[in-house]
Amino acid sequence: MRIVIVDDSGARATVLEEGLRDAGYDDIHVVPPRGAFVARLERMAPDVVLMDLGNPSRDTLEEMLTVSRALAKPIAMFVDQSDDSMIEAAIDAGISAYVVDGLRKERIKPILDLAIRRFNAFARMQAELDDARTQLADRKTIDRAKAMLMAQRGLGEPEAYALLRSSAMNQGKKMVDIAAALITAHDLLGGTP
Amino acid sequence: MTPIRIAFLGLTDTAVLVAAREKGFAQAEGVALDLLRDTSWATLRDRLVYGQVQAAHMLAPLAVAVTLGLSQQPCALSAPYKLNVNGNLIVMAPGFSAALEPDTTARLNDPLATAHDFATAIGLHHRKPIIGVVHRFSSHALVLRYFLASAGIDPDRDVVMRVLPPSLMAEAMRAGEIDGFTAGEPWGSAAIEAGLAEAVAASERLWQRGVEKVLTFRTDWMEANPDAVDALLRSMAKAALWCDDPANRAELAFLLAGPAYLDQPIALVERGLAGRIVARQGEPPVDLPDFLLFAREATPFPWQSQALWIYSQFVRWRMVKPGEASRAKAASVFRPDIYRRALADSDAPMPGASSKVEGALTSPLPIGAPRGAITLGPDRFFDGRRFDPDQIEAYLAGFERG
Repeated sequence: MRIVIVDDSGARATVLEEGLRDAGYDDIHVVPPRGAFVARLERMAPDVVLMDLGNPSRDTLEEMLTVSRALAKPIAMFVDQSDDSMIEAAIDAGISAYVVDGLRKERIKPILDLAIRRFNAFARMQAELDDARTQLADRKTIDRAKAMLMAQRGLGEPEAYALLRSSAMNQGKKMVDIAAALITAHDLLGGTP
Repeated sequence: MTPIRIAFLGLTDTAVLVAAREKGFAQAEGVALDLLRDTSWATLRDRLVYGQVQAAHMLAPLAVAVTLGLSQQPCALSAPYKLNVNGNLIVMAPGFSAALEPDTTARLNDPLATAHDFATAIGLHHRKPIIGVVHRFSSHALVLRYFLASAGIDPDRDVVMRVLPPSLMAEAMRAGEIDGFTAGEPWGSAAIEAGLAEAVAASERLWQRGVEKVLTFRTDWMEANPDAVDALLRSMAKAALWCDDPANRAELAFLLAGPAYLDQPIALVERGLAGRIVARQGEPPVDLPDFLLFAREATPFPWQSQALWIYSQFVRWRMVKPGEASRAKAASVFRPDIYRRALADSDAPMPGASSKVEGALTSPLPIGAPRGAITLGPDRFFDGRRFDPDQIEAYLAGFERG
């Protein structure tokens, strides 16, 4: 069974492809949705096309499925259209699946199940990564503000930290915002970092 | 507050939705309006069909197509409110439009002559021109087909139509993937501004009061939530009046141009709103006073004859087999009854009839209405034909291909 993943995020496509390979599918292709990707797809004659819901090229792909002679008639999106819970899950995961020929439900369901799980896992991974990046950036900002307080007011590290924290609490703001404001003020007043 | 989530595509004709949210018209009616931007009509359609949003900024023909089962999952949709009429441009690369009338004002003012020039230009072109359209089931595609066919061009044989979302059109032109396109603003103007294209035709000169975007609900949701629907429609009517007032144009352009909506230069957006279209890079703008309408002349009223015109074109281009069941289903997508109910106690103009002969008015006409009178603007098709919704077969027989 030939599965084509239309995606330009290398990471997401890889996560999905690996999962499908682990599950025993081996005829898997990743096509970025650019340029003449529709012509490439037609030549590949896939049985299933998986695509990110947010991809603007979805309209182009649907049009191809409607008019293409090579791909016969599009039979279904989201496989069995009566399976509402699966459709919900696919949409929530941000995945859109097109079955381009009359594949039986039993054969397509595991692919889609897996794709949904993998898309969800990818989204979580992405969120965690963003989170970690923000936390790292926040810590750097706080460290710098702390160092400024220590240098200028002769405080020790715990005192500098406590001062930042109590200012944040008094103003009902996040510590990182107080630290950033302090750094901005310091830079504006011509201080050296 | 009733929360209502509406999906939209980044286009100038989302103005009424944006104003309803940003200027507080929705809030004043007790609606917490949440706008969700999509980049493809397919995703917007799925969100509506599968209940992720309660309403959508929708291509009128797509609403009809989904209801007829022509576009993925069939689902009964209802459009009780038109968000705008007109607002599209057909643009082509300068290399191609060099074969058309060089005076762009004359070109835009005489679409019939331009269509014939277009046929000649196809013959001179070294290959079939590739024209971007936003969706198979869009007014853009239907009007482009009509325009080309008026000069004997077979849109399925003599040109290639490629479907692309509006926001990717200019980029596709730059990459040489398409020779021109038809889309709502600001995308045509953005391509002209970049020197990639010239205006060939404007939708207001092709069908003077054409049908464009509609506010669409799933019929079952709409019927189960009459109070929410009425409140939303009342807020739309107020927002539309605000949008049509030239005094608010600068502010509206500013709101629309922001990163959450179009993310395009304010001046570019304002031109589309004002109907001052720069047809070729560096030229003074051409005045098209009816380029985009939101409120005046009962613009929001969903004439069933317009849903039927869409159906007639589906039949003409063999997208659907003609039949009484399909005809009735198509007509039922436009819901003047809901419009009348929701706006019964407002100042919104209320036509007495729900259907009319399209293309019959060559000059403004005051018509009787339950409350006062409404003046309908001219609604002529550029070839002078009239569409009588009771005579669809005869209408289609009048075209060479039907």
